[in-house]
Amino acid sequence: MSFPLSRKVLFGALALAFATAMPAYAQQKSVAITAIVEHPALDSVRDGVKEALAAAGYEDGKNLKWQYQSAQGNTGTAAQIARKFVGDKADVIVAIATPSAQAVAAATKDIPLVFSAVTDPVVAKLVPSMQPSGTNVTGVSDALELGKQVELIKRVVPAAKRVGIVYNPGEANSVVVVEQLRELLPKHGLSLVEAAAPRSVDVGSAARSLIGKADVFYTSTDNNVVSAYEALVKVGMDAKIPLVAADTDSVARGAVAAYGMDYKALGVQTGEIVVRILKGEKPGAIASETSNKLSLQVNPAAAQKQGITLAEDLVKSAAKVVQ
Amino acid sequence: MSLYTLLGALEIGLIFSLVALGVYISFRLLRFPDLTVDGSFPLGGAVAATMIAAGHDPFTATIAATLAGAIAGLITGWLNVSLKIMDLLASILMMIALYSINLRIMGKPNVPLITEPTVFNLLQPEALADYVFRPLLLVFVVLAVKLALDGFFATQSGLAIRATGSNARMARAQGVNTGMAILAGMALSNALVGLAGALFAQTQGGADISMGVGTIVIGLAAVIVGESLLPSRKLYLATIAVIVGAIVYRFFIALALNSDFIGLQAQDLNLVTAVLVTVALVVPRLRAHWSGKRVS
Repeated sequence: MSFPLSRKVLFGALALAFATAMPAYAQQKSVAITAIVEHPALDSVRDGVKEALAAAGYEDGKNLKWQYQSAQGNTGTAAQIARKFVGDKADVIVAIATPSAQAVAAATKDIPLVFSAVTDPVVAKLVPSMQPSGTNVTGVSDALELGKQVELIKRVVPAAKRVGIVYNPGEANSVVVVEQLRELLPKHGLSLVEAAAPRSVDVGSAARSLIGKADVFYTSTDNNVVSAYEALVKVGMDAKIPLVAADTDSVARGAVAAYGMDYKALGVQTGEIVVRILKGEKPGAIASETSNKLSLQVNPAAAQKQGITLAEDLVKSAAKVVQ
Repeated sequence: MSLYTLLGALEIGLIFSLVALGVYISFRLLRFPDLTVDGSFPLGGAVAATMIAAGHDPFTATIAATLAGAIAGLITGWLNVSLKIMDLLASILMMIALYSINLRIMGKPNVPLITEPTVFNLLQPEALADYVFRPLLLVFVVLAVKLALDGFFATQSGLAIRATGSNARMARAQGVNTGMAILAGMALSNALVGLAGALFAQTQGGADISMGVGTIVIGLAAVIVGESLLPSRKLYLATIAVIVGAIVYRFFIALALNSDFIGLQAQDLNLVTAVLVTVALVVPRLRAHWSGKRVS
């Protein structure tokens, strides 16, 4: 047995752990931000928050202590990050995406929590309603008003009857969208056909299974689909099924059009709430918001390849035409 | 690093020590490479969260989650013993199947438990803060499980499981029903993992379908770190070592989260954790090398 030295290792680790305790500066405000995983959209939210703080005069290293941690996809780590931030007594904790927000909500009932990019904060039990919660929680949802999305689908492909969607049944945000579409589409004379892609490598084959069953693809902000968007684009071009996206970044990657969330703007909106709390407002008195910045982007070249021509007025009304 | 961070690491480490004990039973005692845990951990969380959200008593829900884990383990064992599917493949099949089963159980990918009663807030005395009470209660749970396991593996059935793992042919020659031993061992192992999943969901604000990702890696790392810090052939010491390993692993993550002072950033977290674990593995070996002895 090698107890003596192993014990040293153990205590050494603990001692080091204590030694890393950073001195706290009282005059500094501290904002701690956590995301469940690194991802272009989620990273944009983070950058947006930082931008809003800078715009309000909070600068990292001067009058602001800024901390960012990603759980790298692991919920156990997300829980530990939540504990660390609570232990650090941050002035505001910002949590991006549902699992991270729930971990923080479980860890503290006192420190202000501002969630962001959570599609349905009420179902996630973060807040009882979108009204001021009276608790330590408020934030910004990235829910899209689906009526507007359906409108866009009809403007892009007026003859469409069947809307195909590829999504990850394991992603809370996507399931919410699919359930709402299932109810909403029939009201517009459309039907929904679904294909599941539990992993991003399944996206291509799921899309192929919809050939002949769908006239148009609608893609939500599903993480699997967004990370494997090119696979979907290929199917769209091969089978001449146009793609309508929910996030504007996908337009440059081959979607025909998107009336979508600008995640950077979502982050800025989140950051503005953070600033209000830093200035002394109570999080419980601030209503939860949805994004107020949507923009239309179109890609006529992709439309050509996917077998349609975009209506001229649609192209004209777009905020950005991808060439 | 704050007290809150340390107690948080202790709490999560204690929960994962149940996973580590389960992994120790399958990988070390039975020598069954079992990846079912990636599915049975969220299974425990799913069953517990869904039942609590539906208004059931948290204690009943936790027991049901433990049983669900046992059933998952039984099926993996059955695939291997009766259908003769290779052990690793049988567990992979079960792990994949559990993804869909967990979604079915929850009906959606995420069941929140932020406002619901849990075994923790039901038992919590007024005088103690929740972040102190949770690890305290978990110490009792983990110790009870450890002592029960030590006792069980000294009984005839327990010894039969250990014999099956160390030499199945010899065990059969001694009249051990090795098929039954594998089934029992797998059920026990995954029951512990299911229990861990149930407790995790109740401390972390809910069950999420993604909560199982990488459970086996963490469990194995805990077992190996524990064995390397406190090497022993005696079972009652080995179970202690496994628990210590799980907790030390969490302290390493807490340390990695606080490593920004040396210029490390968020994306380096997994790398830092891996390096710390490597150091924990190598140091005892170096010591053995210096003293010219073999690691016991």
